[in-house]
Amino acid sequence: MQTIANVHFKDRQLICQGEWNLSHIPSLKQSFVKIPLPSGGEITIDGSQVTQMDTAGAWLLLEWTRQLSNKKIISSFINFPEPTQKLIHFIQKREPHSENLPPVEKLDWLARIGKMAIEQWEEFYLYLSFVGRLSIELLRILKNPSHIRWKALLSSVYKTGYQALPIIGLLSFMIGVVLTYQMGVQLRTYGANIFIVDLLGLAVLREFGPLLTAIMIAGRTGSSFTAELGLMKTNQEIDALDTIGVTPSELLLLPKIFGLFIALPLLTIWADIFGILGGMVMSNNMLNITWYDFLGRFQHQIPVKALLIGLGKAPVFALIISSIGCFQGMSVKETADSIGKNTTKSVVYAIFFIIVADAIFSILFSKLQL
Amino acid sequence: MTTTHPIIHIQHLKTYLGDAWVHKDLNLEVKTGEILVIVGGSGSGKTVLLHEMLALQPPTSGSIRIFGHELTKANAETLLAIQRRWGVLFQQNALFSSLSVLENVSFPLIEHTELDEKTIQELALLKIVLAGLPIEAAVKYPAELSGGMQKRAALARAIALDPELLFLDEPTAGLDPNKVIAFDELILNLQSTMGLTIVMVTHDIDSLKRVANRVAFLGEGKVLAVEPPAQLMQNKHPLIQEFFNGQREQ
Repeated sequence: MQTIANVHFKDRQLICQGEWNLSHIPSLKQSFVKIPLPSGGEITIDGSQVTQMDTAGAWLLLEWTRQLSNKKIISSFINFPEPTQKLIHFIQKREPHSENLPPVEKLDWLARIGKMAIEQWEEFYLYLSFVGRLSIELLRILKNPSHIRWKALLSSVYKTGYQALPIIGLLSFMIGVVLTYQMGVQLRTYGANIFIVDLLGLAVLREFGPLLTAIMIAGRTGSSFTAELGLMKTNQEIDALDTIGVTPSELLLLPKIFGLFIALPLLTIWADIFGILGGMVMSNNMLNITWYDFLGRFQHQIPVKALLIGLGKAPVFALIISSIGCFQGMSVKETADSIGKNTTKSVVYAIFFIIVADAIFSILFSKLQL
Repeated sequence: MTTTHPIIHIQHLKTYLGDAWVHKDLNLEVKTGEILVIVGGSGSGKTVLLHEMLALQPPTSGSIRIFGHELTKANAETLLAIQRRWGVLFQQNALFSSLSVLENVSFPLIEHTELDEKTIQELALLKIVLAGLPIEAAVKYPAELSGGMQKRAALARAIALDPELLFLDEPTAGLDPNKVIAFDELILNLQSTMGLTIVMVTHDIDSLKRVANRVAFLGEGKVLAVEPPAQLMQNKHPLIQEFFNGQREQ
């Protein structure tokens, strides 16, 4: 009974048998460890019973001769079949030494934090120069209005605005319902049911409408900008555009940015309408406020200012979402995980800066007593 | 390991794709230990044939036997056993872009063997060196390498498991002429020392003359001729004449 691959030691001879291939390396290694080796001198390695050998087998054999020579044992190969000898020789000439491998630098925690901080700063700097370049490009196009890509602009409004109507409408309606329910429970205990109109109107028009719409659009449109531009970047489509003499900013970036600039305020009005509508439905059911009462009070209590303040924030949010989305898309690298990473970043950064901007607006408005 | 059976045996292969018969009745044998080059004009179904041999795409009918297993009826387990015994070099290299070269080459070893980490690294490095890359390239990412080096890295991954059968899809496309010669020599060298059987799809006539033992010419939905390169170039079939003469005039 012969095992598939084996090695044993007899009369100062290391006898190799069977198929020396990749799948038998572990068992060969195990048998080699058990061999009682002499403390020095010369041994021969016999290969007459080797039926097959691949590069992994040859490598193992050479690895062993190195280990043997470390123990001051000189070894020589005998009786190996011709092709196997050729293979061993071939591997011997090319054997790599992993000591020559350049080490991968490992940073300690402090250096990692520093590296991250520098990378963030660099990315912010790149973002600023991206915005700067776009602005210059915008001035150039405004000087030559024939360069404005109306078709791309309208298609962007269609995709980012019109196609988002159902989801924005539905979600705003539900937000209106939820807000009314939560506030209504409190108001009812004081018998102040009708004040739901003031609360809901101000909350939805000033804050919830613009903020939630912007957050949803950051998830929906910001990510799609990044993924689309990222894929075009890796396919070298962006380079192709540049060489044809059409700047990517002109055809891709600016239409996207201004498309959303137009679409987001419109979507915000849409969200306001549905948010209030949701509140009205809930007030009617839970707080016994009729449609007529609700709207009658609404027009006297809610100033137009509330609507305008909410709408005024939308273009700012739009610029945040689209510039971050486009910037992340254009900075995609040629690796598979890069598009995924940048898309995540685009959404996270956009939402983060939307909320930061909203907080700044709140402080500003309260200082101005608006 | 020399068997009398061919390593790949394709019989009566028919493929219907997009309202047309790509292969009408294709028969082909690849013998153990040879380098078979598949050529043919554009749209002659070379790539489709390669994909069918790699079980990436099923043929409409017919039989493909690799290592004696019927590929078209193989279950997942048989397929895995076959896949462990072949290596593939894709036209676009298909290196995993988020892994370094060393990780790319280690990948099949980690998936298919129970070796310890150090052995895997040593074996992967050996394959990288065998493919003719400097050892410093091992820690680089595919995007940091030139086209020719990416090709070699992809070859290193293809031979990671010491396959018996190696598929090369347009291995020299996009390389400059002196790199092509070096790459062909590398393939010949590996073939003779590792005892590989190689199936190669190419457009490059010079490369074909250097490496091929036999050349299979695809046309009209079948194999028009399987002959050594010198003989094939004398073949009187109009498609074959057009292929060789048309290109020579360039």
